[in-house]
Amino acid sequence: MPNYLVRLVQMHESFRQAELQALADVAEVSIEFVKYEEESPFCIVRLPSDAAAKTVISRSLLSQGIYELWGQGATYDALHESVKDISSAKWVQYESAPFRFTLDCFRGTRDNAQQRDIIESFSYMGFKGPIRMRDAEASFKVFEEYEEKATGPKYAYLGRFVAASGRDAKTTYDLKKRHYISTTSMDAELALVTANMALAAPGKLFYDPFMGTGGFPIACAHFGAMVCGSDIDGRSIRGTGGSARKGQTGKFDVQGNFKQYGLESRYLGAFVSDLTNTPFRLLQHSNSASRGGYLDGIVCDPPYGIREGLKVLGSRDILNEQERATHGNRYKDPGYIPPKKPYSFTAIQDDILAFAVSTLVENGRLSMWMPTANDEDVELIIPTHPCLEIVSVCVQTFNKWSRRLLTYRRRAESEVPEGALETVKKEYEKGVKADELNNFRKKYFEGFKEFERLRQEPSAEDANHKADRSKGVSGPWREKSGAN
Amino acid sequence: MKLITLNFVTCALKSCKSSPASFPLHPRDATLEVIETDLNLAFLKNILPRLEWNELCVITAELGLPPLPSSPPTREDLVVKPEGEVAEGAEAEEEASQTAKDLHRVLLETTVKEGKLVCGNCGHEYKVMEGVPNFLLPGHLV
Repeated sequence: MPNYLVRLVQMHESFRQAELQALADVAEVSIEFVKYEEESPFCIVRLPSDAAAKTVISRSLLSQGIYELWGQGATYDALHESVKDISSAKWVQYESAPFRFTLDCFRGTRDNAQQRDIIESFSYMGFKGPIRMRDAEASFKVFEEYEEKATGPKYAYLGRFVAASGRDAKTTYDLKKRHYISTTSMDAELALVTANMALAAPGKLFYDPFMGTGGFPIACAHFGAMVCGSDIDGRSIRGTGGSARKGQTGKFDVQGNFKQYGLESRYLGAFVSDLTNTPFRLLQHSNSASRGGYLDGIVCDPPYGIREGLKVLGSRDILNEQERATHGNRYKDPGYIPPKKPYSFTAIQDDILAFAVSTLVENGRLSMWMPTANDEDVELIIPTHPCLEIVSVCVQTFNKWSRRLLTYRRRAESEVPEGALETVKKEYEKGVKADELNNFRKKYFEGFKEFERLRQEPSAEDANHKADRSKGVSGPWREKSGAN
Repeated sequence: MKLITLNFVTCALKSCKSSPASFPLHPRDATLEVIETDLNLAFLKNILPRLEWNELCVITAELGLPPLPSSPPTREDLVVKPEGEVAEGAEAEEEASQTAKDLHRVLLETTVKEGKLVCGNCGHEYKVMEGVPNFLLPGHLV
């Protein structure tokens, strides 16, 4: 299989390899990583063909394009050696084609004269076709990688352009231009990456149990999936709750968002429901032969209990007879609002996994976001289920907390060891207040004190910094971050 | 709410989940609306084996829609058989058959705009407003 160079973006590093792998999975091609480093935007993979490379990369958000690798080396001498060695047989093919030659320096720059010299140094390849900076038939690029503040490159590659990535979608779905959003809408780029991880594709059925204004379903629909969603707050679906956009009034709803992007035909609709009392039909393990799963993928960003309360149906205190009777009499009134109570943060994670197990088809995927404090090892526990295999864990780090995109694959029944389903009933946080139930929330509003303390302990001079911080200007809740 | 949704939902009450009577939910006093949308053959093919056909027939009958065939169509039924000899290796665009179009009309274009969904086991009614069903349970049932 030929080697290809993927020009990645140098951000969301931990997502990049997982995304490429997912895209190869959804395209059903084999991908082999020859060279991948978190610090480098250049990744070398082995793929069966140009066509496969194009299929894989065209959906990618975290890369810019894919190139057939024509040579590589730590110096230009080595690079030229390698080009002659690997690709000399291909030169003749492009001998008379209109072509272009460009340079891509990572962490470095080259002025025009230098660029020209570098490009000229490849003249031995003998291209006689016209040079066209637009619509060239063959496009070549020299990639240089520099160390921080270094004067010369530490490594260089030559590649022939094969296909561009699907990163444009990031601009198309930019939240700034979306009609209807809320305070906790996931940015378009990561929502699209999430859809990639979950293998959204034409013909598949996807569901988001915490849809809000529909960001994830829209991202999945972009890749061709048919989508539906639900939320415990019907106002966010019907759009009567207003929008987070400044000055925006009037009716904007999830349907309208799909309309904005011309994806209405992929929107199956939404309903109001609570995950802990879901209306979805659940696989009954006693008669699993008769009714299997039906969702191809579940994508979600559950409320973290910070900007959006983590609430489920129920009352804080057990209702007495009279109260129950009142609910029974009143629930059909038009203005009736069912009571809701704060819920355990760890319990909801396990509930999502259990729900996914009961509704996903075999090999269906669950991609879910979960926040965690950076200071606490206890929080690093990734929820697991015997019927789900962890495919990838990607981390987006903020200052004092991070959030992770966890992707699971629904195992086939035959892969699940017998008796694995009879797992121990877990003990969850007890209490009625949000803080008692949600350790992450508690830490968040305490400003991650533990983290601060640990960070300041090593040196004494930090006392000054502490004073600075206590002014309150940069309190944790003021920090710009996407805490849900 | 598109009728396909009814293929996936039961009563939200935990005590009803194990009862066969809780599936499907029965639409009552329903205002139907047909909203035309593009036919998605790949989706129909994918979803076909996941449909609970008998229950789907029950729903269409209750809504007074034209009856569905008593046995579910196969994936092959959804595609028009190519006429004559198809050139070797030529991958022609598949065309949706009348069966596929009918199924698309029922599942994806027929929607419940207003009305109720009733559980056959406990009798609880879920309201559908502006095409959005509300499955939240009242305080005394959680």
